Amino acid sequence: MPTSEELKTRIEAAIPGSHAEVEDLTGGGDHFRARIVAQAFAGLSRIEQHRRVYDVFGADIGGPIHALSLQTRAE
Amino acid sequence: MTDLSANQDQSVRQAIESAIAENAVILFMKGTPDDPKCGFSARCVATLQALESPFAAVDILPDPRLRQELSAISNWPTIPQLFVRGELIGGCDIITELYESGELAEVLGVQTPPEAPAKVAPGLDTAAPIEITNRLS
Repeated sequence: MPTSEELKTRIEAAIPGSHAEVEDLTGGGDHFRARIVAQAFAGLSRIEQHRRVYDVFGADIGGPIHALSLQTRAE
Repeated sequence: MTDLSANQDQSVRQAIESAIAENAVILFMKGTPDDPKCGFSARCVATLQALESPFAAVDILPDPRLRQELSAISNWPTIPQLFVRGELIGGCDIITELYESGELAEVLGVQTPPEAPAKVAPGLDTAAPIEITNRLS
């Protein structure tokens, strides 16, 4: 079962220079919310920013991670 | 057998692509606008209804291939997914952000109704949708 800390580590490792805050919304290890700030998002649309994060998790989204709510920002 | 199932997946994909092409605003969701089966889908329905934007809705739950092929087409892993004029606008998070910033009305080409709330909570608005087609069911 994934933890908030694990998601944060994976995001920050995969997106250089990013800072992620991850919350486990239900405490059940399957519904998460992440706020991510990354210079790498500069110039990307919201869709592209979110895809960049979803790509970190691949098939885990919809698998062990049932839901990952995202708020992304460049800067 | 392999060929047959490949053909079936192809037809599912074509049906999804036609639905996206033929409906200016189309929401792929879990459940129906009257009976959403997921809070994220419910919130997207409530958001579109708050803007009084007509939309087509497709329930992806009856056939797992719908979700699989939709995600393959859109390169987007989660449900709901909103398409406007053939383009993926986003899932629940992006739709909510765009609504709260006022951009969603522009994307949809509608005027924000004066009574539209600043934020849409899941399940807040359960009024009947204006227009629904579910051509994939």
